Amino acid sequence: MKTLRIGTGAGFAGDRIEPAVELAQNGNLDYLVFECLAERTIALAQQARMADPDAGYDPLLERRMRAVLPICHHNKTRIISNMGAANPVMAGQRTLEIARELGLTGLSIAVVCGDDVHDQLNPNTFTLMETGETLAQFNKPVISANAYLGAGPIVEALVQGADIVLTGRVADPAMFLAPQIYEFGWSMDDWQKLGRGTLVGHLLECGGQITGGYFADPGVKDVPDIARLGFPLAEVSENGDAIITKTPGTGGIVSVATCSEQLLYEVHNPASYLQPDVIADFSGVHIQQVGPDRVAITGGSGHARTSTLKVSVGYVDSFIGEGQISYAGAGCVARGRLALDIVRERLNITNVTCQEIRCDLIGLDAVLGAFEGDTTRIPEIRARFTARTASLADARRIGEEVESLYLNGPAAGGGVTRSARQIVGIVSGLLDETLITPTLTMLEV
Amino acid sequence: MRLHQIAHCRTGDKGNISNISVIAYDRAHFDLLRKILTSQQVATRFANIAGGPIERYELPQLGALNFVLHNALGGGVTRSLALDAHGKCLASAMLDIEIPDF
Repeated sequence: MKTLRIGTGAGFAGDRIEPAVELAQNGNLDYLVFECLAERTIALAQQARMADPDAGYDPLLERRMRAVLPICHHNKTRIISNMGAANPVMAGQRTLEIARELGLTGLSIAVVCGDDVHDQLNPNTFTLMETGETLAQFNKPVISANAYLGAGPIVEALVQGADIVLTGRVADPAMFLAPQIYEFGWSMDDWQKLGRGTLVGHLLECGGQITGGYFADPGVKDVPDIARLGFPLAEVSENGDAIITKTPGTGGIVSVATCSEQLLYEVHNPASYLQPDVIADFSGVHIQQVGPDRVAITGGSGHARTSTLKVSVGYVDSFIGEGQISYAGAGCVARGRLALDIVRERLNITNVTCQEIRCDLIGLDAVLGAFEGDTTRIPEIRARFTARTASLADARRIGEEVESLYLNGPAAGGGVTRSARQIVGIVSGLLDETLITPTLTMLEV
Repeated sequence: MRLHQIAHCRTGDKGNISNISVIAYDRAHFDLLRKILTSQQVATRFANIAGGPIERYELPQLGALNFVLHNALGGGVTRSLALDAHGKCLASAMLDIEIPDF
């Protein structure tokens, strides 16, 4: 029986490169998948592309490709990635140039487009899940609109012989599902298999989060050699059951506990995980340790997909200004609160309009909200003032007022940091799948 | 005793919704978890943070509960003013919950 070996080369845009190289070298992989698009990444990439038409793909694409292309070419490992972001065509071109520079030949690079639906959206009928308004009523400057494509166009790329598939927005698990559909010849309405393939993708898509990352809790959940965390791979059987593992000698741990945590990561109803190709059902999944760092995943399922695709719309929301300053020792909590009060009043006096203000004492109430206990013996806190404004100039004023506290504020305040940034927000809605036409371009080296 | 002694947790985020899994180390403790860790108790723990309804899903074969906290991420990860906009820290806060000794 055929077993497919699929590894994760990245779980987010800024992920480490060295574990991907290690996995490419020692994983005996059929496929290496790089997941690099968070919800907002593509809107930021679209802004980069507006500033420079040749930009808008993943900034680490070049470093990643240079690091893994020769190894993957030698080992006949195919690469699938959404590093195309807002500019898959240029990502493909750049990859082609890198392959040439490295002296590699006989490579087919497939570029998947069609996720960009900015021009297809009707603002008067496209309804936002978050607010119930139409996009027209929402009335914000739209930067980008991208549909979450399914596995279909990636499968087609593999059918056409692609060694590397670069996409923009696709559903993260679909990048892992596609090779399973292609290699095992699964039907696109075999919901159980598609559900299982999606489950494998879901478990792998965050890379180190299933090999001991986002997991360690010293003394309770210890992770060996965590600084050398290995990235995961799945050995998938034709029926879609899989073993999650990592290569020997790497740090980290693959256990029932790591897999259980990742199974439910960003999942709401486990019986209904909506994807473009299937509604995956994780509710009956069994997880079993079958060897050191080897965990069997069985019992995934699925149901018929919907006829709509999710579309993420990036828009210019606002600006956020922030300033922080530290206080320590006797009375530090009171001085921190005074500092925040001063900043609030100074913004009033100087006519800075804030749409929303948040004041925190880091170390006391910044993460979990109001602190009820005794504050007289707190050794140190860090006052944080942050506010939403309509302009970058106003956002900068927040940090300026915090910095002014050095000379004009409470006693013994130190270590000011400040920032001001534009906020790109994301809203979403559904679009009929018949309105979306993925396209495929093949480049040859 | 604290929940920390018998279970582990992970937080995920989507928009303005946080989900927190609670997984028993020993599946024999699942019935206990199911009994004592009600949506109401979780709502009380996160009263300062989660403004919306809380749903609970059960996965007995994994010894796991999955809590979905609506309106819990300061308006949504992309525009929240919160220091921990993703709510990544919430999982460990869940483990602070006091449970009866057994």
